[in-house]
Amino acid sequence: MLQVLVGLIPVAVVQVALYGPGLLLQLATAGATALLCEGVALRARGRNAAPELRDASVLVTAALLALALPPLLPWWLTVLGTAVAVLLGKHLYGGLGQNPFNPAMVGYAVLLVSFPLEMTRWPVPLGTPGGDWPGLAGFAWHSFLHGSAAAQWDAYTGATALDSLRNGLAQRYTMQEIFAEPAFASFGGAGSQWVNLAALAGGLYLLARGIVRWRIPVAVLAGLALPAWIMHVVDPGAYAPATFQLFSGATMLGAFFIATDPVSAATSDRGRLVYGAGIGVITWTIRTFGGYPDGLAFAVLLMNLAAPLIDRYTVPRIHGHPGR
Amino acid sequence: MLARRTFPAGLRLPSHKGVASRQPLRLAAPPALAVVALDQGSGTEARPVVRPGERVRVGTCVGRALEPSATAVHAPTAGIVRAVEVRATAAGAGSGLCVVIENDDSDEPERECAPIAWQSLAPGDLLDAVRNAGIAGLGGGAFPAGEKLATARSRAVGHLVLNGAECEPWICCDDALMRARAADVVQGAQVMLHACGASRCTIAVEDDKPEAIAAVRAAIAAAGDGRIEFLALGTAYPAGAERQLLSAATGIEVPHDALPPAAGLLCQNVHTAAAVAAFVRTGAPLATRIVTVTGSGVRQPANLEARIGTPVAELIHACGGYLSNPQRLIAGGIMTGRALATDEVPLTQAVNCILAATSHDLARPGQEFPCIRCGDCADVCPAGLLPQQLHRGVATGNAALLERYGLEDCIECGCCDYVCPSAIPLTAGFRAARAEARMRHDAQRRANEARERHARHERRLKAAAEEQRLAFEAARRRARGEGGE
Amino acid sequence: MSAGAIVPAIAMAAALALLLGAALGWAATRLRPDTDSLAARIDALLPQTQCGQCRYPGCRPYADAIARGEAETDQCPPGGDATARALANLLGREPRPVNPEFGVAAAAMIAMVDESRCIGCALCLPACPVDAIVGAPRFMHSVIEAQCTGCGLCVPPCPVDCIAMAPPSSAVAPRGRRAA
Repeated sequence: MLQVLVGLIPVAVVQVALYGPGLLLQLATAGATALLCEGVALRARGRNAAPELRDASVLVTAALLALALPPLLPWWLTVLGTAVAVLLGKHLYGGLGQNPFNPAMVGYAVLLVSFPLEMTRWPVPLGTPGGDWPGLAGFAWHSFLHGSAAAQWDAYTGATALDSLRNGLAQRYTMQEIFAEPAFASFGGAGSQWVNLAALAGGLYLLARGIVRWRIPVAVLAGLALPAWIMHVVDPGAYAPATFQLFSGATMLGAFFIATDPVSAATSDRGRLVYGAGIGVITWTIRTFGGYPDGLAFAVLLMNLAAPLIDRYTVPRIHGHPGR
Repeated sequence: MLARRTFPAGLRLPSHKGVASRQPLRLAAPPALAVVALDQGSGTEARPVVRPGERVRVGTCVGRALEPSATAVHAPTAGIVRAVEVRATAAGAGSGLCVVIENDDSDEPERECAPIAWQSLAPGDLLDAVRNAGIAGLGGGAFPAGEKLATARSRAVGHLVLNGAECEPWICCDDALMRARAADVVQGAQVMLHACGASRCTIAVEDDKPEAIAAVRAAIAAAGDGRIEFLALGTAYPAGAERQLLSAATGIEVPHDALPPAAGLLCQNVHTAAAVAAFVRTGAPLATRIVTVTGSGVRQPANLEARIGTPVAELIHACGGYLSNPQRLIAGGIMTGRALATDEVPLTQAVNCILAATSHDLARPGQEFPCIRCGDCADVCPAGLLPQQLHRGVATGNAALLERYGLEDCIECGCCDYVCPSAIPLTAGFRAARAEARMRHDAQRRANEARERHARHERRLKAAAEEQRLAFEAARRRARGEGGE
Repeated sequence: MSAGAIVPAIAMAAALALLLGAALGWAATRLRPDTDSLAARIDALLPQTQCGQCRYPGCRPYADAIARGEAETDQCPPGGDATARALANLLGREPRPVNPEFGVAAAAMIAMVDESRCIGCALCLPACPVDAIVGAPRFMHSVIEAQCTGCGLCVPPCPVDCIAMAPPSSAVAPRGRRAA
């Protein structure tokens, strides 16, 4: 578990550098809430809390959730999201090893659907016009404690690349016009392309250490990139290119850290390929045709639903049994 | 010589074999009291044919095999039978009926032992002779060798494979055997070929035993028998497991619901082959086996050639005694062996290693966590199973799930336990569940037979009643006809 | 929603409910599962002791009765709670433990004839539902251990009380077979 947190360090560093120190507040809040909720839940279930708390697997859930949340979130939303993730997403089902859904995604999805406005307010990344670190730091602290009035938001927040893509397409702009907007950069969303690169680096580190296996991440990225590439070739004006899809939103974080949660994923080798591909394809579908800018959380939850079925039909051949 | 990878799964374990194989193979002194278990490890006891007070010689039959799965048992020392009683053994139930012989140090052999001209014997007679030799599988399985060969002949097996893999850590008795008696192994192969009717033999040895490989290859060359070939296997645990070994050596997978003869294959341990060769050379039934006495808890680990029935305590004494109090005394290997409660159990044909393991040798039991379905266990399972799913079935008592995911194909090798990051005792759970499944199948089989018999019973009664009715009708018609209407 | 739109909405919902309810009712009577194959599946779960403690003359008649809906799943003592639970799971009913009115689940027993007291009257032979007693009038009677289901039906007919129920000997007790 510690290794996974180590793998998340590059993402956290880049995200703080580009979107302000709000992330640190989110991490601290989510972490503390997660440990508290886990301890209370274990005690309530009559289990010995110490070994599992020391294992700190719940901190990975908290970290992933904090990284997915906008850094300007007020503290009560972070606490709510983390509590939902740990209590409803994990302990309701029996605790470690028993959750059918990815707990961090459960928390994220509940917050996204219940508080759509707060959950889609991302700061303009530093380095693009409008980004201002010291002001952002102060604003983040203020927003964390009190939430913020609407007028102040406009000073610091802007549409993410995926937001712009959706709105632009709805207003019938072509891909070239949309990509000229400030939210877009050389190969992905402005700011978010660096976050994705950092997540990729962290993910490759975990692959090298054998903490995650290659099947799920490769399948997710392939499932996302392949339809994107095909449709972009078919109609470049209406569909975003594959590189953009891969380096925007929560793609890399999702592929290497979120989808690879072994408990809620499929468990056989072939099953993992199907599971990852499904996440990729559904994410692309939601991003292109659906109502939310980034569909990764819902894609993960939907494939979590499908995982038992996938497992049932991808049992590998047993030695001495006829070929499958 | 082909070096072939065994299979994609399995583990590379630290070998620890040099510890005991450093020493040359030596003879252990015969025990003062030989405790000969009537079940030498196959699970079925032979029937004792001697009584306390009788005098026996080396090779006298003390237990007759009345069932195909029992092995005939012979006296390993000469002397007076002290008792025929239940004693602690290394076998399944922890105890069994044993013939206790007080050694009179004469070592007088049984009179009728003479070399056997096996080449001129009809295969059937050779099989009978091997059966009477009381040789069981010496690789740990202890199934009667003669019976296995007879089954192979009746199923027209074409390919014999000799298992010299010895894949489990610490054990090196087969290694010592092959280095010292490779010619016996090859001659044993020839005898077995004649007995079972197979046309070729492959001797398979793991490639971490270079001296044994050299010795066996030289012996094959010296014998000049074109039917026998050598194969080097990539070292991996559990390359020596029967089905996996056959698959690696021949490319044929034995169907899960059948035994190797159904696929035209037979697998015997190299030690068993050497024992068969020794038998035809002297005509004397099996009295000794080579056993590795090792572990950090033994002062001078070594391979000993010891009489069957020697108490384990004496074997350890012959190796310098205990160096420190072992945490566990294991009969067998560190992955698949059985922990013993006492060192007063006797050596049997099933025990290939005595391991006095200290805490240094054993893995520390970690805190057990719930299964997180990481799949590390599935990556190493040599049978291609999904232990994480089986574990779920065991934990919830779901027999249908266990059957669907192939619990019956688990070879209980322990690879999954070794890699589990949550420190779950997977193999122990599978062993218990497999025993339960066997009992359930047995009960189901008996119920099916009872259903059949009951149906026949009903048919029989109905037929009898029908017959009676017809007879009554006929009689009534006759009565009416005679009496007139 | 305007008042005018509510009435048609309620009417539509009610009509749908009536229609679906009628369809389900028709399916329940006309599309019954094939009782014969159901009875066979039920029979496959029963222990085949053929003892009659369920008040039916054998396991198959009991299975038929359950399939017809005339018997409950808790009437088989030799099968024990495990069988009762398996039957309930098969039929989608609430699992019930074995009803003590029909008997108590006991350890597996085998009938043993005390050959020294047997008078060869052959009254026990027809009583055995699986023909596990061998013998003939005025010849010795013996129970074939491996075929006896332990139903106990042979005990009452014996006029000299020479049959007793005893635990099976180790030769026939269920024993785990060795793995290949």
